[in-house]
Amino acid sequence: MRSFGRTGISTESGTPQAPAIAPTPRHQRAAQLHPGAWWLWSLSLGTAATRTTNPLLLALLLTTSAYVVATHRAPTPTARSYTAFLKLALAVLLIRLLFAVVLGSPVPGTQVIVTLPEVPLPHWAQGIRLGGRVTAEGLLFALYDGLKLATLLVCVGAANALASPTRLLKSLPGALYEMGVAVVVALAFAPNLIADVQRLRAARRLRGRPDRGLRGLLQVGLPVLEGALERSVALAAAMDARGYGRTADVPASVRRTTTALTLGGLLGVCAGTYGLLTAAGGTYGLPFLLTGLAAALAGLRLGGRRSPRTRYRPDVWNVRACLVAASGVAVAALLTVAASTDPTALHPSTIPLVAPSLPLWPAAAVLLGLLPAFLAPTPTPKEPS
Amino acid sequence: MIRFQDVSVTYDGATEPTVRGVDFEVPEGELVLLAGPSGVGKSTVLGAVSGLVPHFTGGTLRGRVTVAGRDTSTHKPRELADVVGTVGQDPLSHFVTDTVEDELAYGMESLGLPPAVMRRRVEETLDLLGLADLRDRPIATLSGGQQQRVAIGSVLTPHPRVLVLDEPTSALDPAAAEEVLAVVQRLVHDLGTTVLMAEHRLERVIQYADQVALLPGPGEAPVLGSPAEVMAVSPVYPPVVGLGRLAGWSPLPLTVRDARRRAGGLRERLEERQGDIAFEGRAAATSAGLSEPVGAPPRRWFRRAPKAQDTPRSPDPAEVRALAVRRARVQALRHVDLTVTPGETVALMGRNGAGKSTLLNTLVGLVEPSSGSVRVGGAVPHRTAPRDLVRRVGLAPQEPRDLLYADTVAAECTAADRDAGADPGTCRALVSDLLPGITDGTHPRDLSEGQRLALALAVVLTARPPLLLLDEPTRGLDYAAKSRLVTVLRELAAAGHAIVLATHDVELAAELAHRVVLLADGEVIADGPTAEVVVSSPSFAPQVTKILAPQQWLTVAQVRRALA
Repeated sequence: MRSFGRTGISTESGTPQAPAIAPTPRHQRAAQLHPGAWWLWSLSLGTAATRTTNPLLLALLLTTSAYVVATHRAPTPTARSYTAFLKLALAVLLIRLLFAVVLGSPVPGTQVIVTLPEVPLPHWAQGIRLGGRVTAEGLLFALYDGLKLATLLVCVGAANALASPTRLLKSLPGALYEMGVAVVVALAFAPNLIADVQRLRAARRLRGRPDRGLRGLLQVGLPVLEGALERSVALAAAMDARGYGRTADVPASVRRTTTALTLGGLLGVCAGTYGLLTAAGGTYGLPFLLTGLAAALAGLRLGGRRSPRTRYRPDVWNVRACLVAASGVAVAALLTVAASTDPTALHPSTIPLVAPSLPLWPAAAVLLGLLPAFLAPTPTPKEPS
Repeated sequence: MIRFQDVSVTYDGATEPTVRGVDFEVPEGELVLLAGPSGVGKSTVLGAVSGLVPHFTGGTLRGRVTVAGRDTSTHKPRELADVVGTVGQDPLSHFVTDTVEDELAYGMESLGLPPAVMRRRVEETLDLLGLADLRDRPIATLSGGQQQRVAIGSVLTPHPRVLVLDEPTSALDPAAAEEVLAVVQRLVHDLGTTVLMAEHRLERVIQYADQVALLPGPGEAPVLGSPAEVMAVSPVYPPVVGLGRLAGWSPLPLTVRDARRRAGGLRERLEERQGDIAFEGRAAATSAGLSEPVGAPPRRWFRRAPKAQDTPRSPDPAEVRALAVRRARVQALRHVDLTVTPGETVALMGRNGAGKSTLLNTLVGLVEPSSGSVRVGGAVPHRTAPRDLVRRVGLAPQEPRDLLYADTVAAECTAADRDAGADPGTCRALVSDLLPGITDGTHPRDLSEGQRLALALAVVLTARPPLLLLDEPTRGLDYAAKSRLVTVLRELAAAGHAIVLATHDVELAAELAHRVVLLADGEVIADGPTAEVVVSSPSFAPQVTKILAPQQWLTVAQVRRALA
């Protein structure tokens, strides 16, 4: 053996290293769009949704994101979560409407649809109403509001379907990578737990106990948790044996600089944010914030030296990724501008009741979000088996 | 390459060391097999190589373990990751990422290999292990054999100089096991990798070993020697060695090929008995069909087991007609017909993912058929209340742990009696019969694999189901535990229980089954008496059959009886 130390990178791997050529595109996954681009795009559409309550614009946003998901979602298990997000969004909308019906609405209205029997409440619960008049205005207001929230949820679902969060975590800087893996493993814990519960509940049938009902669920609780814990310990052992958490030797001066930069940078960010938020610190706020941010990023980058990790086929941020992300950001920015210049079109009034109209320019802006449908590479369909 | 110097390991809370006096060296480029009955500390010895013992498991390691010159007491597992690759017993708990390709790259990323090298090695490993078609697949959707290959591939990519494998083939069908072992052998031959491997199924691996380290019993020092020398004294040995010992061959043959070259004389001696035994085999199959008790007289605890002759017109324990099952867009079973009569033992065989477990799960109503009919003792399983169903059919699942909820053996038995509506103490009596020496206060999790299976079997048998299903019962069992299981199952069959077992273990099927049903892609491709089906199949034939072909012998026990 040549060296027993922790030189980490190359000498001990047992085979000659390839000549140091610059990584060419074939070592990267050019076929896939960078997950960051998808997340930026989806979350931008979500942001755009929060700028408006116009149901027509919201529906347009929903359709846009749904179309891109339908054409570009990856054939992975997380992609199936889109349906779950759709259901969740629908549930949110319905609950919002139910609350408006049962608890009444703060919006005064004249068009009474139905009058529910009102439950008299004691005087200390003043301001809360149970039952009573249900007005068309209140209901419509709740619908617009719920739709806004639902669209935001569907956009988050779209992000999940287009690029799984684990792929996104892989793009973290080296210093944060290990934390990222811990998060990924923790994320995988939940689906495993659910699978275990299902398997053990099914196994109850083999013992002649009913496999449905709440009691069954409670009785398998302890074995499921025990099993999950055992698996976590086994996984930790496997990860350790595969080199998770290896560190490279870095000079003490570099280590000290890293700490100084990171801590100083974070302090600068805090001071800068404080300055921006208080009226007095308007002059020093921005410079402090920017310097702090730069120092913290430099610290992170330097900290990455301690980790000898390399990336296998990293996702590249290319022109396509830029365009996809830009199209999303553009939608968000244009709708924000529209919300301040033309508030009546983006927030159709409910008192008095008017039919919402489709404002031309904001609608065109939303359609910009369709750009990825034509720009992004389509994932190749895979046979399920 | 790996050097143990007077190593002993004592776990926290244990009074005795788990292993002691381990003192041997594995030279570079050799494949050393670690053999021994269950519970002698094989996994502990393997863990000491990768440094997981004691850095991860706790406990005290005395002596010195050095790997490629690095002392494991001063190097943590992660600092040994570039020289040692470890695959544990359960591949699922090994995976960090969620797709095949990323998993293969994970270890190299941790070591910081350049991207170009990583890319090349991933492609090479995909080809080497035949995983190229699966590269983008989520690992959770792979079959057991595929997962095992991915697990091995994931530790191969950093090109470790030492490979540590704990039961690499226990979950695999014979063909997949051969594939994995061929890869291991290729690594040893072509790359000079040093391999230390523990495996219960010696018949699969013994011929590849350069040396065998035998751990004869708990706390006993290992015996190191050439495979033939060690097998001559080993308490665990494959059928080929059993036959060699019976025939008095020396040196012992380790491969079917060696044994065949010696077997001329034995074949001649067996020639005249062949007729009787072949007849006996067929008789066993048909007598099972007529549901006459065969073998030993029923013992006390099977007294109330239903017997077909008491109720001659009752429906068969299992009747499957034109069964098809579709699950998650995959056709798991198509047009399966199967009838099991009382007292009959049927072995379901076929590669991983052929539909064996699905068929068993359909019989207990865990899976609903998409078309066709399933009757268990006349009832439709998925429409029958669990309480009634346990009296008709019992399944010991692949992971017996799934059946056990209580925190002591006694509590488990009490619960089983209550579930089955049996007299108090029924289950406990079964446990004592199946496996003497389990104390009431033991936690089911602290039992060994074989003990846990026995407990699960006792729980299932408490309701005295006429149909008993076992899914992969010999996974992780040593030869002694296996032969106890065989005895128990024979007695149950003799008492009139119908038994269906899904297994990859051809030796077990040869010992037990009257009938073998081969499944492939969800279809029955062969169904007939064991001797006829397995003899004609190269991958499902037991070793004794291969050695003594064209004569139709299945087990060493048969040969011994014939020679007696």
